[in-house]
Amino acid sequence: MSLFYSTLKYLAVTLWSMFVIAPFLWALTTSFKDFQSVTSGATYIPWVDFEPTLDGWRSLFKSPAQGGIAIVEPFFNSVIVTAAGSGISIILGTLAAYSLSRFTFRVGPIRNGDITFFFISQRIMPPVVLSIPFFIMLGKLGLLDTLFGLVLVYVVLLMPIAVWIMVDFFNKVPVEIDETALIDGCNPYQAFFKVVLPNSVPGIIVAGMFCMIFGWTDFFFAFILTFTEVQLLPVAIVALNSSITPWWSLSAAALVSVAPLVVVAFVVERYLSKGNLSGALK
Amino acid sequence: MSLIASNLSIKHERNFHLNDVSFSMSKGEIYTIIGRTLAGKTTLLKTIAGLISPDSGGLTFDGHDFGGIPVWKREIAMVYQQFINYPHLTVYQNVAFPLKQRGIQKTEIHRRVIAALSQVGLEGFGDRKIQALSGGQQQRVALARSLVKEAKIVLLDEPLVNLDYKLREQLREEFRGIFDTKASEDSILIYSSTDPVEAMQLGGQILVMDEGRIIQQASAKEIYENPISTKVSQITNDPAMNLFDGRIEDGCIVLSPEIKFDLPSHFNGLPQGDFTFGLRAAAISLDDNGFPFSVELSEISGSETFLHVRHEGLKIVGLLNLVQNFSVGEKVSVRFDTKHLYAFAPDGRLKSSPYGGLQ
Repeated sequence: MSLFYSTLKYLAVTLWSMFVIAPFLWALTTSFKDFQSVTSGATYIPWVDFEPTLDGWRSLFKSPAQGGIAIVEPFFNSVIVTAAGSGISIILGTLAAYSLSRFTFRVGPIRNGDITFFFISQRIMPPVVLSIPFFIMLGKLGLLDTLFGLVLVYVVLLMPIAVWIMVDFFNKVPVEIDETALIDGCNPYQAFFKVVLPNSVPGIIVAGMFCMIFGWTDFFFAFILTFTEVQLLPVAIVALNSSITPWWSLSAAALVSVAPLVVVAFVVERYLSKGNLSGALK
Repeated sequence: MSLIASNLSIKHERNFHLNDVSFSMSKGEIYTIIGRTLAGKTTLLKTIAGLISPDSGGLTFDGHDFGGIPVWKREIAMVYQQFINYPHLTVYQNVAFPLKQRGIQKTEIHRRVIAALSQVGLEGFGDRKIQALSGGQQQRVALARSLVKEAKIVLLDEPLVNLDYKLREQLREEFRGIFDTKASEDSILIYSSTDPVEAMQLGGQILVMDEGRIIQQASAKEIYENPISTKVSQITNDPAMNLFDGRIEDGCIVLSPEIKFDLPSHFNGLPQGDFTFGLRAAAISLDDNGFPFSVELSEISGSETFLHVRHEGLKIVGLLNLVQNFSVGEKVSVRFDTKHLYAFAPDGRLKSSPYGGLQ
């Protein structure tokens, strides 16, 4: 009976894995195909089913005038906006979360929980509601269609995620750790930077991952708040869809858009496997 | 060198965490604060450490006001009941941490860390990560970190409570040895516990706390012999001292129409009237000529048996030698060793003890 269930379990996992991996496999093989290979029916194995070519990948670096799709600039724009937005959000969010976790704030009827909810509430509103004030504010500041403007908006959008995750993390770190650091001769800043922060790396990594995923994959604000000067990767890829773009170029572009997140996931996974995430604090 | 607390009070909403606490402690002594959970022990230790500010009252150390000195500048060490260490550092780095903070030279740090690790039996563990240690070892690291500082005040907040029984026994003996030698020579050691056995074994001075107040401060021997109230007798005995209401009447102690016995000689000066009498479990035994009780529960503890018996409304616990089996409802004959009987006034104050306390 257990063998039956075990087989069933592995079968289900295998089917699900195939379901998840298949689109990537399809995109990967297509990115190495040319016109003839793409149109000659379903083929999957290079050198057996079709002759691989790097045309799709080369087109990423060529301008449209040269027959390419030029997504290098949008790619780096996305890297800058996501890295800066996530980085600033994590720094500010971690500091805010620490104070919300450790100190008591009372302003009239407002307490710590209300302040935390205020941060999180930014994410409750539908993006379209936020987009209009963002558009007007950035327009007045002359920051529409600029990287700096996008970074500011992303900080507003990503910091609630960082605060949310980090408040929960700090609440689970015994306050006695901070107290021990104070007793051992640290002033409150040293206690935070020398003891609390190094022990919060797992939480920061998780919060950072979420911020990066949300930032990297955002299409809506990148689309609304930019026109011609600045283009982010998700917008650039969607734009490719609306023009006549070869499938192999589109596949290569799609894989490039996914690659940073995969790399981050691998790096983080390696870090987590060192045992630094769980059980750090008893 | 002395630590003096004057009228420390901390109130949160309607409850006192500390209520008019005053004491004087001097160096080279071990002070054990004993009290039940939420008695205010940890609050008092944190107040001494400077982690909590009192609403009123003050602390002086060596004649200087302690209140204005921030935690990180007080020469204090503290071990918590949770195994609090720095998980991102190795054992060596953990112990060296407070010395590094003080800017002590590397060679001196090394000498002191090695000595502290050896003192707590962790030689050769310096390179290990904290997570790789057992609970007992983690608590030893915390103790080493508190010893290495050579702090003038060492606070130990129920350091053994989260350890298993065997380890607790072992560490208690080791702690006693460590305290007796190096640390206590130059320091005031303050140890909090809920365990009367632990408090008595550590000896020294005992402060009994209840609901934020210190209700008795005396040597371990004095607390054992003359607990000043029924509350102290309950807190400082395990199992708690048996208490039963009765009367002194015509040279007899009357607990019920069937249970009466002669007045012990140390009660001779007491007037007739109502009292609460106290008798430790060890002064209860089984004897054919005793009073009739029925067994409610029998618990085996190591090589002893705790026997819970009842006679109408009178419930007592006896501590019998060796493992003995009883069935619930079984009739037993119980003898009271009246030489060890205490008398408390109806309001709970000690009136007479077998060791000559009060009258």
